[in-house]
Amino acid sequence: MRVPVSWLAEYCDPGLEPGDLARRLAMTGTEVERVSGRMGGDTGRFVIGRTLEVGPHPDADRLSVCEVDDGTGTRTIVCGAPNVAAGQTVVVALPGAVMPSGMEIGEAELRGVLSSGMICSEAELGLGDEDDGILVLEDGPEPGTPATEVLSLDEPVLELEVTPNRPDCLSIYGVAREVHAVTGAELADPPWDGWIDPGPEEVSGLASVRIDDPQLCPRFTLRVFTGVEVGESPAWLKDRLVSAGQRPINNVVDVTNYVMLLTGQPLHAFDLDRVPGGELVVRAAIEGEKVETLDGVERELPEGTVVVCDRDGPTAIAGIMGGASSEVSTGTTSVLLEVATWDGPGILKSSRELGLRSEASNRFEKGLHPALASRAQAIASRLLVEVCGCEAVPGMVDEGAGMPEEGSVRLGVGTTARVLGMEIPPATQEESLERLGFAVEAGEAGFSVLVPPDRAFDVTREIDLVEEVARVADLDAALPATLPATSGGGLSREQALRRTAEDAIVAAGFDEAVSWSFTSADSIATLGLDPTGDPRARPVAISNPLSEEQAVMRTTLLTSLVDAASRNLARGTGGVRLFESGRIYLPPAGNDEAGGSFPGDRPAPAFEPLMLGALVCGDLVPGDWRGDGVSADFFSLKGVLEQVAGSIGVSIEVIPGTEPFLHPGKAGRVLVDGQDVGWMGELHPSVGSAFGLGPSVAFEVGLERLVAASPSGQESFVEVPSFPPVERDLAIVIPETVGASEIEAALRKAGGDLLEEVVLFDRYTGEQVGEGLCSLAFSLRFRAPDRTLADQDVDPLWETIVESVESIGGTIRG
Amino acid sequence: MSVERIGKIEEEAAAAIAGAGDTAELEEARVRFLGRKAELTGILRGISDLDPSERGEVGSAANRAREAIEALVAGRAGELEREELGRSLETDRLDVTLPGSPPRPVGHLHPVTRTRRLIEDVLVGLGYRVVEGPEVEHDFYNFTALNHPEGHPARMLQDTFYVEPSEDLDPSCGSGPMDVLLRTHTSPMQVRAMEDSPPPLFVIVPGKTYRRDSDATHSPMFHQVEGLAVGEGLTLADLKGTLLEMLRALFGPDREVRMRPHFFPFTEPSVEFDVSCFRCGGQGELEGGERCGLCKGIGWIELGGAGMVDPNVFGFVSEHGYDPDTVTGFAFGFGVERIAMLRHGMGDLRFLFENDVRMLEQFS
Repeated sequence: MRVPVSWLAEYCDPGLEPGDLARRLAMTGTEVERVSGRMGGDTGRFVIGRTLEVGPHPDADRLSVCEVDDGTGTRTIVCGAPNVAAGQTVVVALPGAVMPSGMEIGEAELRGVLSSGMICSEAELGLGDEDDGILVLEDGPEPGTPATEVLSLDEPVLELEVTPNRPDCLSIYGVAREVHAVTGAELADPPWDGWIDPGPEEVSGLASVRIDDPQLCPRFTLRVFTGVEVGESPAWLKDRLVSAGQRPINNVVDVTNYVMLLTGQPLHAFDLDRVPGGELVVRAAIEGEKVETLDGVERELPEGTVVVCDRDGPTAIAGIMGGASSEVSTGTTSVLLEVATWDGPGILKSSRELGLRSEASNRFEKGLHPALASRAQAIASRLLVEVCGCEAVPGMVDEGAGMPEEGSVRLGVGTTARVLGMEIPPATQEESLERLGFAVEAGEAGFSVLVPPDRAFDVTREIDLVEEVARVADLDAALPATLPATSGGGLSREQALRRTAEDAIVAAGFDEAVSWSFTSADSIATLGLDPTGDPRARPVAISNPLSEEQAVMRTTLLTSLVDAASRNLARGTGGVRLFESGRIYLPPAGNDEAGGSFPGDRPAPAFEPLMLGALVCGDLVPGDWRGDGVSADFFSLKGVLEQVAGSIGVSIEVIPGTEPFLHPGKAGRVLVDGQDVGWMGELHPSVGSAFGLGPSVAFEVGLERLVAASPSGQESFVEVPSFPPVERDLAIVIPETVGASEIEAALRKAGGDLLEEVVLFDRYTGEQVGEGLCSLAFSLRFRAPDRTLADQDVDPLWETIVESVESIGGTIRG
Repeated sequence: MSVERIGKIEEEAAAAIAGAGDTAELEEARVRFLGRKAELTGILRGISDLDPSERGEVGSAANRAREAIEALVAGRAGELEREELGRSLETDRLDVTLPGSPPRPVGHLHPVTRTRRLIEDVLVGLGYRVVEGPEVEHDFYNFTALNHPEGHPARMLQDTFYVEPSEDLDPSCGSGPMDVLLRTHTSPMQVRAMEDSPPPLFVIVPGKTYRRDSDATHSPMFHQVEGLAVGEGLTLADLKGTLLEMLRALFGPDREVRMRPHFFPFTEPSVEFDVSCFRCGGQGELEGGERCGLCKGIGWIELGGAGMVDPNVFGFVSEHGYDPDTVTGFAFGFGVERIAMLRHGMGDLRFLFENDVRMLEQFS
């Protein structure tokens, strides 16, 4: 809402600098986005000039070269306007002037002629719409006169950011009342004062309305004006509208806009002769109905949109925009003036469905009280007569459900202090409310407060009155800062463990990515997931995405990680070690253990487990002059995953098992306590190349599952062994198809409780062991908790171990 | 044999030992003066053959001489070992000017994570628990239960991403085109948290939020931290004190907080809160009179929204122990990225999510 300070001052003038007033308003709940002038910069660079000579440009047909007297001397200005002529009084922007568009005027050579400044058009000065030629002023002001003395170029304007609960502040008088309340400056009587709603009388023969559903239209008033002369508005009216950011159109429309800006109640003027019989019907639109709106666009109306119809069908979209068929134009002689009240949510819905917002819909959608309609009729009636030379036909059509019942709201004695933690004297509370337009009746238990129609939807409860009192009370300066007694906070055990795991992967050399939760359907498709069986192929889809790139929610961290990796590689980073700890979004799994369960009575719409994912492209540890680093292969990343899990006391197991986006021979499932928690492996070369990545390894595991398996904080102490161990090595030749973990499991089972540790320390494949076989060397450590082991203790175990190795196809070597 | 001769042997031995240039020469000297065939060894062996009157004198002189020579050998041996070690180390040289081996790289947490953890830690210290909620959310929690009735224009304040109805969503979801959305704030967790546990309740909700908006200061995804305190007798002054403590922990002990009345559907009264500028100390201008670029000369930096929980919100959870007549509460919310950008002087919000390692590696 643009509030020209001079217009505001007509109703309330606190005598403050605009900047100070803006600060005062900001601290009492009315955000002032900025204080602007109509002109952005220094208006001193705009002066009155007189064209002395105007001649053709030697090198350009459409340009004229003008000699202009600017009061201090003569300057040459190249001008492109067709209407420039010698002897005109014009507005000159001197070099250094900044136009409302932000353009700075300088000295410039135009086709070989040096032009020093600019002769301005009405549009260039932000004074109106006229941009076909320069603004030619009536003679009078001398050259050199500051243009601000002739035109209101530098009027300060408060640009308010009005919150949706305050449609009253979308009006000059409403803002004036607010200024009165927060500064104490005197408030002029409302401009609609003294008007009494006329009865139906004569007008009923000329105009009528039928409301099909009063729910949609609580009030509809009509007045008729005859003998209208449509033309340009007087300067004062145009000036006000331009300052407030409205384009002047013609005197009738300008009056309706002026009254809307003053009162906050939108109005609409029909050409009565283009409304057959003056008969209007308010109803909901039927499917397929169309109307051409004032902006020249033919619009199909969503079913249920409230329309104002004449005999031929819709002639205006209620509360949003008038129709072209009944538009007031130069030929109009009779005006039918509608001032109506519409159902706010209905207007909001229709405006959204139509994708059409207007000054009117912006006010109606917030909910206006039917009482406002009379105010607008009162001022418009007076102004139309004054400005358009017409006559008002006595009487007013007034249909609708009637005024809502007035109710009062109670404000208890101690309530304000109880909510704020600060005492505000009852007299101050009463004064604040009264200044804001509330009628206050003091009683023993508190105040009984009557809410004015302007605030009817915003203030309905005691707490709303507390807010009114609080915001006017210079809340910030007076309010003490206290701390409540709390009851012991903290991270949950799970949250703390998550941090530990994240810190562990950071310590392993990984940078954390925080990526968009969005991805593209294409990106997911690249992974080659089974579209019917795999939930990750069925992402949560956004119905109004910003772009196709962000149209669905990610179902794996992998798409985010490859995206970040490829962006980094494209920017010249040699290699990346990235991880992400974040949610993915899947169809509900019906399985709380998988994570993603949240407090609250209603289940989450999607399954949103927290995942930990990592991707390495390039070296895990970079090489240097002494040799190669650690390349990112399956086992180096597996080591990282083991370390991360180990940081919270969890051991992982990886078994063969693939994903469509992984190298089929270098992929595995990650298990914790036998349960599948994710995958790891080398990216399938075709997937890697689709994202512009070279050989890369990655994993993704359920972080909540990992944490759930953690014994951290719940470990029971085991006595540290005090007897020496017996160590023995074992070399096995076995088919390569037998997994190392399977062999280890067999060894452990056979070794029983005395076998303390099994470590694989060598693996060999090649000619010496034969095709399809490999040699594995393990070191085994035996220990008893209660005695020193002797060889004869281990020997029987050794036999069992040898047997178990042979039972899975291995032979003992050497 | 005379005692004189023994003295002579000792002198000769001392000279030979001192003159030994390496351990081989020293060993040779030791054998010569202390070996089985050495003169002194012979003297000691022949003591018993001497005249008893000479035995005592010669015997003790010879023993003293042997001990002295042994000591000299040992001393010289130590010297020679040190010299030889020194010589061998001399030849075992490194080019110390070669570059050091790079350590195993250490990774970095994302600045948003660092900042989020910092905020969590500050509020945990003030007695809050950390709770998390879903990002794909019911309209009910995001709007309705936060006192944004259907058709309320406040719903338009936030450009919302809606989720396409699907059988893949939880059966509790409505099937309308606007029933499921990406949460526009972390506030829906206020209601979930109150459904979950009765008052007194002191929780914060960090997490991702989404709005359909994209420019240098708006990102379609960003992180918020929500705070909710509910109990008996909580006041707006308690909110102010809580914000003050938090902002001082984040921006320095001299900061002040400012509350400007505002409007949010789920709080009443509502405020926006600002922190005094930590660059110019709230003066709006720097030393030398230059306008402060951080706060744009205002002296205050806008941070977030807050207010007293609207009784209508309690109305949605009254059966969980939240009686609007007996409990009051306050809530506050603000952006994590904004805090991170302010603390680190970053300009474009969207750059944070590009995960450029040259950005990530700047923060430790």
